[in-house]
Amino acid sequence: MLADKDRIFTNLYGFESPFLDGAKKRGDWDGTKKIIARGQDSIIDEMKESGLRGRGGAGFPTGLKWSFMPKESDGRPSYLVVNADEGEPGTCKDREIMRHDPHKLIEGCLIAGFAMRAIAAYIYIRGEFVHEANVLEQAIEEARAAGLLGKDACGSGYAFDVYVHRGAGAYICGEETALIESLEGKKGQPRLKPPFPANVGVFGCPTTVNNVESIAVVPTILRRGGSWFAGLGRENNTGTKLFCISGHVNNPCNVEEEMGIPLRELIEKHAGGVRGGWDNLLAIIPGGSSVHMIPKSVCDEVLMDFDSLRAEGTGLGTAAVIVMDKSTDLVRAITRLSAFYKHESCGQCTPCREGTGWMWRVMERLATGEAEIEEIDMLLDVTKQIEGHTICALGDAAAWPIQGLFRHFRPEVEARILEYKKTHEAA
Amino acid sequence: MSVNVKDAEKFEFSPENLKWTKSQFVKYPENRKQSCVMPFLHRAQEQNNGWVSIPVMEYIADFLDMPYIRVHEVASFYSMYNLKPVGRHVIEVCTTTPCWLRGSDDVVKACKEELGIGFGETTRDGEYTLLEVECAGACVNAPVIAYKEEYYEDLNDESTRQFIKDLKAGKKVNPGPQNGRFRSCPLGGPTSLKDMAPSGATFGQDMGSDK
Repeated sequence: MLADKDRIFTNLYGFESPFLDGAKKRGDWDGTKKIIARGQDSIIDEMKESGLRGRGGAGFPTGLKWSFMPKESDGRPSYLVVNADEGEPGTCKDREIMRHDPHKLIEGCLIAGFAMRAIAAYIYIRGEFVHEANVLEQAIEEARAAGLLGKDACGSGYAFDVYVHRGAGAYICGEETALIESLEGKKGQPRLKPPFPANVGVFGCPTTVNNVESIAVVPTILRRGGSWFAGLGRENNTGTKLFCISGHVNNPCNVEEEMGIPLRELIEKHAGGVRGGWDNLLAIIPGGSSVHMIPKSVCDEVLMDFDSLRAEGTGLGTAAVIVMDKSTDLVRAITRLSAFYKHESCGQCTPCREGTGWMWRVMERLATGEAEIEEIDMLLDVTKQIEGHTICALGDAAAWPIQGLFRHFRPEVEARILEYKKTHEAA
Repeated sequence: MSVNVKDAEKFEFSPENLKWTKSQFVKYPENRKQSCVMPFLHRAQEQNNGWVSIPVMEYIADFLDMPYIRVHEVASFYSMYNLKPVGRHVIEVCTTTPCWLRGSDDVVKACKEELGIGFGETTRDGEYTLLEVECAGACVNAPVIAYKEEYYEDLNDESTRQFIKDLKAGKKVNPGPQNGRFRSCPLGGPTSLKDMAPSGATFGQDMGSDK
């Protein structure tokens, strides 16, 4: 198990004050000026050495992403945008950072913003997190008053500011270009890429969009060294990670653990085990609602990191572990997710706008069994027609949970259809 | 009888909110004041008894030099802007899969029975509106109700009924977990960061301890 001394988020549960007094005690804002004095290239190299991969779901190497930003301005300023539109079902880790450890995020914004030569950071926080936004705003005010942000941030001579922008209840704004549109005061509909945000992002300027957790771990990595972070976890899957364990466990919780921890160990050590014991486990969605579910046989051995989960045909995503025991109606569970994606489709691309509703309606019938067996293949075919045929990944995200269900539990759904036929023919 | 509906529904920011708008303009580049449309809609909705009417949208559009339709597009795209009047108390229940697995059906049933209304409805006295929402983003504290800027978490049938009874009685309910646990820390106490736990903190009953 990860030792407390190697944990980054030491105020994960809010045992102490989230504000500057508590944050400084926990080591935040310590020697920030010196870190900035190292220069942009040195910071980016250290981030590359740490092996940090983006914590928002896609797992793209953070240092590499920063290096795409222009080194010399063509007259346009650059921006850092922090994606705090946490809405992937199962995920609730960024919320903890923002309400309990906001200074880690703010200091991270300054350092990351400096490394990519940005003039400001916008933190786009989902609208429902009112309490979290208020804590964050207050922490930013404190940092400004203490000279940690502003014209001469931390006495480094670098001018930088951080602003909070509240969303208003649209899951799609977690997609980076939809988020940028929303930040510009429009509907959150994703943009076609290219141009990528590093060329044309918010306000037409070079922009990097990073997840809250990716930015909040930056100061600690730079203080303790990229090699320290790279020494945790496995190669290409380094560091620590916040896990959100929800569903049918005895004690659902958030916890910071080492990357690559066995799924079973994660659940039994921190979440009090599966309700009714490990043998009562049916399936787990290991990385937020968009990834394929895995049956117990896979859960027995799998490690919680990008590459191990990918090898099982699923993904680490946001590391939101949704546990379902044997009492779960899996078809209902996935049908509810289909309803979610139908509700959240932005309506821009036809395959997603029409397809999410179509899939949900078929799933509703499969959940009761009032369907034909051939419809399963038709449904899977439609998921393939949606996947990869839309501007953003919401279409894929809507298709994958359904594909995951049939990959592992098709016989159960077929049995339900036959059962329905039998009882209704008899009647 | 001549009643000018347009005038009766006129909207403009209160002097305090008008002052507040200045704090928003400085966030964005000078020629990008359209970025203020979301914060302005949030603030206007608050001032306008919880909903965004046509005059509100027109006022904000004029304020930000935007065509009316652009403001309407934003207001209708995002689910947090209510385009119809709502009750004084808006209760939002999350029913997405993580909450559903932990018993959001019971929470929904308790709300509907205690309030006597269904989703999307408002009580006849105009006091309570019940809404179904998608993932609230507090899944390890499921099931969750969002009410007036805070989350009420780890609910069941009984604690939901109590929550609504307390609201009706005008009693203050503490936000956060309703089952005695400490925020998103495991029930029964932390499994990490134990040394940081404040003395005297309570963590509720560990549900795995019966094994």
